[in-house]
Amino acid sequence: MTSPADFLPGIFSLPVYLMNQITLPEPMSETPLLEMRGISKSFPGVKALNDVNIALFPGRVTALIGENGAGKSTLVKILTGIYESDEGEVQVDGKPVVFANAQDAIDFGVTAIHQETVLFDELSVAENIFLGHAPKTRLGMVDWKAVNARALALLHSLESNIDPRVRLKDLSIAQRHLVAIARALSVDARIVIMDEPTAALSRKEVDDLFQIVKRLKAQGKAILFISHKFDEVYEIADHYAVFRDGKAVGSGALAGVGQDEIVKLMVGRSIEHAFPKVDIPLGETVLSVENYTHPTEFRDISFALRKGEIFGIYGLVGAGRSEICQSLFGVTKPSGGTLQLDGNEIVIGSPSDAIKAGIVYVPEERGRHGAVLQLPIYQNISLPSLTRTSRSGFLRAAEEFALARKYAERFDLRAAALSVPVGTLSGGNQQKVVIGKWLATQPKILILDEPTKGIDIGSKAAVHAFISELAGEGLSIIMVSSELPEVLGMSDRVLVMREGLSAGIFERSHLNAEILVRAATGNA
Amino acid sequence: MSAIPEKRLIPDRLGTSATRLFGSWEALLFAVAVLIFIANSLASPYFLNAWNLSDATFNFTEKAMVAFAMALLIISGEIDLSVAAIIALASTAMGAAAQAGIGTPGLVAIGIGVGVGCGVVNGILVAGLRLPSIVVTIGTMSLFRGIAYIVLGDKAYGGYPASFAYFGQGYVFWVFSFEFVLFAVLAIVFAVLLHATNFGRRVYAIGNNEFAARFSGIRVERIKFTLFLLTGLMSGIAAVCLTSRLGSTRPSIAQGWELEIVTMVVLGGVSILGGAGTIGGVVIAAFVMGLVTFGLGLLNVPGIVMSIFIGLLLIVTITLPVIIRQFRHRKPA
Repeated sequence: MTSPADFLPGIFSLPVYLMNQITLPEPMSETPLLEMRGISKSFPGVKALNDVNIALFPGRVTALIGENGAGKSTLVKILTGIYESDEGEVQVDGKPVVFANAQDAIDFGVTAIHQETVLFDELSVAENIFLGHAPKTRLGMVDWKAVNARALALLHSLESNIDPRVRLKDLSIAQRHLVAIARALSVDARIVIMDEPTAALSRKEVDDLFQIVKRLKAQGKAILFISHKFDEVYEIADHYAVFRDGKAVGSGALAGVGQDEIVKLMVGRSIEHAFPKVDIPLGETVLSVENYTHPTEFRDISFALRKGEIFGIYGLVGAGRSEICQSLFGVTKPSGGTLQLDGNEIVIGSPSDAIKAGIVYVPEERGRHGAVLQLPIYQNISLPSLTRTSRSGFLRAAEEFALARKYAERFDLRAAALSVPVGTLSGGNQQKVVIGKWLATQPKILILDEPTKGIDIGSKAAVHAFISELAGEGLSIIMVSSELPEVLGMSDRVLVMREGLSAGIFERSHLNAEILVRAATGNA
Repeated sequence: MSAIPEKRLIPDRLGTSATRLFGSWEALLFAVAVLIFIANSLASPYFLNAWNLSDATFNFTEKAMVAFAMALLIISGEIDLSVAAIIALASTAMGAAAQAGIGTPGLVAIGIGVGVGCGVVNGILVAGLRLPSIVVTIGTMSLFRGIAYIVLGDKAYGGYPASFAYFGQGYVFWVFSFEFVLFAVLAIVFAVLLHATNFGRRVYAIGNNEFAARFSGIRVERIKFTLFLLTGLMSGIAAVCLTSRLGSTRPSIAQGWELEIVTMVVLGGVSILGGAGTIGGVVIAAFVMGLVTFGLGLLNVPGIVMSIFIGLLLIVTITLPVIIRQFRHRKPA
């Protein structure tokens, strides 16, 4: 067995504790590794980027901040050779270059880790990492020994002990994410773009990722870090660049720049970042869950939900949070436990039972489970309420439009028309449609699974505001979230789950981040 | 928040219904149908004759009845390849019953009953046991037709009562045959079912995103079962018409129809991946296919050439939009 160190060039072979201690000396005048000057890009009807400048420095993390639609994705696509810019110039090492296609970008050392990198379940970890650029033997066949050895080396450099020969489908979500990162780094990259890499990760996994980012910094790579989350930006970034409506509205060193200032740049106005949770007197118990158990996902979960309460569920990814919500909604069947709604025992065998009982669920994966993206907004909103909008089984479009309009206006939905497909809307507006669809059924209990995942900050505040408003109207809300500020800011009480078990229910008055994280990770 | 955002009124729809209509697949297909009609009338002096045209409708009426139900099934993301075999089994059952001296009402009930029964079998296997419909119906295709072969061998059933001939050979009014009138009525029934009822809306939702449909409280299995039952029912009705028209039953009856029916549905603009399509499109596609086969028949073109022609027509009509889209999406130089 050869040690991974044999395959690692230069800094890779340093022991980890030494690598973590490396800090590059602060250079007097930094020369950017990559610079974009005067970049513009138009699509029919929109100017996605307008005379944008941005510079990435070796050993530095530059945070790219902006609301959805500000032009971040377009910039990433130009940098990775997917789009060509209409105007402007890209320089690498001070020399102008042209990225005519994706391969050009890779050749100049640009690589990207996307929000959702496409990986292949049935292939091994090593195959996933080197797919398309596997080392070859002299005969032109894939050199499997080299593939596995280099994959092992890459994974070791990311401090992971994943076996490169196992199939991807046997890995956890977090491990898959590491594989995606290893894949991005396998092309000998000098410039690493991370496009919302933490969107699907829990706090612990984010910490692990940041260790990797720090290591990449120490190796002198230039990193473009795109995130919606300010705490993460402040934790990891050296520089910032703020985009708004396709323009770069501010950039520079992050140190000494306050969050308020960046938010102001981002939205062009200052918004109250405080969570709009208002304390309302809680009513009597609406739903009581007793010893709910699932064969594999969770065990002995009990809690009582009161009228007007926002009940948070916190835990790491895989702790069983979504699964308990889905079984309350009838998607998966529990193997034990009882459910009481308004004091009467009920059994929920399917989502339609749940909807009839007044329990509705806004799933985490909006595009997969939440909305039928190809169907128009009004048809999505009326879908669970068809029996009310129709007459003896026949559709009545006017009723459907009226229902859709009610919720579209209530949530200030941004759409060209109510008949456009939901898939054409931004994430925040899609979420408004999904929540509107459920409110139209006049539920008693609203279950929200990561309600603001992938939503920009402006819409986030709006989503939080109406969650709070709904609780004020007497709706009981169960909210699963991985974002600590959201859980802490919005919940009356929080159930913390760890590995399928309850790790305690905490009152709002006793809540702080430390308590939740300790309970969720089991570090007493 | 201090500034209250002004309420913007979101319109219900974009554009007028006319602009939406003219951009549609159905409009394109209709233009194709008109072109074929004109070409046919120029190519053959016998084409523009009311009775000849009436005869031409028999080329598609029976298949189209099944195609309506198949369209709903394909829109929901499933498929039934056993339809032609169901017709064969239903026809065989009717033949056996006729031999036993059962009268016309009984024969019709048996034909339709067998169709529904076969649809229920498919429905239980696909919706109940959640098996993939393409595999299930390839299996039941062999099963149903196999039974017909075992019962009939190389014989044929004949001797249907005289009154039974009405369904395939009778005329309701002037040149309008019973089959054509039934086709028109069923077209309206299915168009209403798909486009104007909750059931139809749920079919679209399932075909576009089964998960989201289930998460919206739609009883996916129940709807799929109903669709298989409907397809069986329509196959039974088609079996009655076809058997009545031919006046006899051989086990090879309606051989290969499943592919022609699927072709008709896809040509009509129904997405083979599910989620999109209209009954109007299928109706026009039925006319296009009927007109092509009839026109070529008048010109004495052999059957095998006709099937080449239909195949080409299908490939051209489904490729054209893809090619046009690619040209439109080219990056401006």
